[in-house]
Amino acid sequence: MKHICLYFQVHQPFRLRIYRFFDIGVSHDYYHELNNRTLLQRIARKCYLPMNALLKKLIQQWGPERFSVAFAISGTALEQMEVYAPEVLESFQGLYQTGGVELIGETYAHSLASLKSRKEFERQVKKHTKTLESLFGAKPKVFRNTELVYYDEVAQWVSAMGFEAMLAEGADTLLGWRSPNYLYESAAAPLKLLLRNYKLSDDIAFRFSNRSWEAYPLTAEKFAEWISAIPSEQRLINLFMDYETFGEHQWAETGIFEFFEAWVNKMLSEERARFLTPSEVLKRHEPAAKISVPMPLSWADSERDLTAWLGNELQIDAFETLYALEPLIETVTSPALHRDWLRLQTSDHFYYMCTKFFSDGDVHKYFNPYNSPYEAYVTYMNVLSDFRERLEQEAKATQSAPHEGKVPKANA
Amino acid sequence: MLGWEFPPRIAGGLAVACYGLVRGLAHHGVKVTFVMPLRTGEEPPDGYRLLGANEIDVPFSQSVSLPSFWHTITFYGVRTALGPYLEQLTAPEIHFQSVPEPVSFTTEGTLRLEFSGKYGPDLLSEVYRYAYAVSHLAEREEFDIIHAHDWLTYLGGLWLKEKTGKPLVVHVHATEYDRSGDNPNPDVRAIEKLGMEGADLVIAVSFYTRSLIIEKYGIPAEKIWAIHNAVLPKDRQPIQRPPSQRKVVTFLGRVTYQKGPEYFVEAAARVAPHIPEAHFVMAGTGDLLRGVIRRVAQLRLGARFSFTGFLPPAEVERLFDLSDVYVMPSVSEPFGISALEALRAGVPVIISKQSGVAEVLPHALKVDFWDVDGLADLIYGVLRYKGIRPFFIRYAQAELAQLQWERSSARVIEAYKSILP
Repeated sequence: MKHICLYFQVHQPFRLRIYRFFDIGVSHDYYHELNNRTLLQRIARKCYLPMNALLKKLIQQWGPERFSVAFAISGTALEQMEVYAPEVLESFQGLYQTGGVELIGETYAHSLASLKSRKEFERQVKKHTKTLESLFGAKPKVFRNTELVYYDEVAQWVSAMGFEAMLAEGADTLLGWRSPNYLYESAAAPLKLLLRNYKLSDDIAFRFSNRSWEAYPLTAEKFAEWISAIPSEQRLINLFMDYETFGEHQWAETGIFEFFEAWVNKMLSEERARFLTPSEVLKRHEPAAKISVPMPLSWADSERDLTAWLGNELQIDAFETLYALEPLIETVTSPALHRDWLRLQTSDHFYYMCTKFFSDGDVHKYFNPYNSPYEAYVTYMNVLSDFRERLEQEAKATQSAPHEGKVPKANA
Repeated sequence: MLGWEFPPRIAGGLAVACYGLVRGLAHHGVKVTFVMPLRTGEEPPDGYRLLGANEIDVPFSQSVSLPSFWHTITFYGVRTALGPYLEQLTAPEIHFQSVPEPVSFTTEGTLRLEFSGKYGPDLLSEVYRYAYAVSHLAEREEFDIIHAHDWLTYLGGLWLKEKTGKPLVVHVHATEYDRSGDNPNPDVRAIEKLGMEGADLVIAVSFYTRSLIIEKYGIPAEKIWAIHNAVLPKDRQPIQRPPSQRKVVTFLGRVTYQKGPEYFVEAAARVAPHIPEAHFVMAGTGDLLRGVIRRVAQLRLGARFSFTGFLPPAEVERLFDLSDVYVMPSVSEPFGISALEALRAGVPVIISKQSGVAEVLPHALKVDFWDVDGLADLIYGVLRYKGIRPFFIRYAQAELAQLQWERSSARVIEAYKSILP
């Protein structure tokens, strides 16, 4: 019998409004309120609510010991749910209470801080953990980094923060001849690794409704057969994908919900598999080998590298300019500044500046509010210019305040 | 090949495109005779033959037998500078005496017509005389294809086709709708339509222009090939920029409705207060220039603007070397070869989405011509944020390398083959 680990990523960024250079110093309102609200509500209607209902039904039908799933919900997504669609947050809370859900830790802002600053990374992970505790009463033991960005050093940080395992991409460059269908362990830290079976995951996430795919249409029978055809010693199948796959990337009309339900029922009723959470996987599997990843890997595009976020001059300049502000942000306490600091770190902003139009363009254009990477870059840099001005003013005011209790760190 | 402009006489992109195309065709072994109103003698010699219409012997006779299509043209002859000359054209029994002077007589009963080669007020009469002279190539020259560039030469092409039965290609570098918006000069439009209808094949310089030809002239789509212009490789070293904090934002082109100079000024007005070192150059001349200068004065931006007037090619190159960003906010631009020239000089370009060149530069900075705020924002971004320049240069230069006249010419040859018997 196979163990299938289903993990879904739920994330929404705070998209920026059209922010012109003449807004710098004049307006500190950066976000496209209307856009963010309508998008979240649309996705809630098409994906979050119906898919949550389906998962709840399956958990109740089969019991959490047979059917459980895992989620990572970013802090920015949770914030948006609270404000724009509280019923979605309640729906996730209800789902969590079934006992068939594990919540996974990540960076609060779905950021790329792990590539730049350990301190900032840890701050965000702690903030996210705290948020999960207060909203769900959950304490995450497994971690996943933004877009499954993984490398040895991050494994050390994550392990040091008390996590037992981390999710990563089952990239060919990482595994070589090895199979993703085992539990692994980091060579750099006492941290277990669950690696995504990208072929089977993408069969659902990307190819499900692709009519030019030779396996189209994907049926529950076919997919069940593919999994059963995997050699019996390879017992663990990690299917990781965006939650928006269900109903949004693949519309309801494609039959994605029916497919999912039929497939789960088939796997369980024929006793071909159980669906385990990552923590359950840790209890039942021993690591097959240690794996070393000196350079960062991600789950994006065919390269599985960071070029979707930090592949061109626009992205790198924006990224470096942003993190150059880190010493300054540590000197201020303004909640508004800290809120913007987080929101501006969300990886999507850099994704919009990506120029790999021609190979992976379809995915990159999804939900992209900009017509070109230049627009994305100029808008972001305008916002960042205003943010920096505010930050500098605040830092100055803080430093010159005579009765400031907290001594600014970047004073020296 | 019939054309109105050729280097070194350059009024706009037409001459540059004709030169590039002719060289490209020569590269593929096509023998081209390029017939222009008159030669200056300073044209670059590059494997093709140049002929002035003023060198064509035409018979000295009292009356001209007009080609059959002539009577189908409806001339309106109103409102425009071209108006005064239309009477002569509309007269069905046109006599040579009434064909405008000047002519010069040669021996043996022939004469040669004279041309200014300029876009003066007697343009239409020159167009007619050019057509008449060109029609006499029928007796003089051997050729397989007649290829006519823009409306100025369409009548000549049609006339020559009628006399020889050879296939006619008309090459649309611009239409009257680009030049004049929704109020086209009816006579020019009529000649354009006649040429496109009478041609065996129409070449448009972009898909943008191709759609316009279908939509505004009712030409069947299958007859129109979109073949993009290209750019000749760089053959010079850039000049050293003087050490200066100045950032130069450049507009280059005719200062006319089509090129959108007002949008440039309005965007400049937004950028200027935020970037004190920005300086704006408007190179070119045209009927909107006075209005534009007045607007600049009104905005109190006189000190931030330079108006250079028309610049010859060498000066254009120099200007690009000094520019930090080139802006082409055209309202309607069939192609926009100057964007490629700026790019060749390593200058980031912001082009309007209403331009044909946008089709071949996926990585260029693009904006709707009317979106002044968006345009201003991009100008600001290029000048202020250091990510754009290296990024742009890397991608756009790669795109530029694909745009060779050899390639475009090969497509033109393909087009020829499709209509040759």
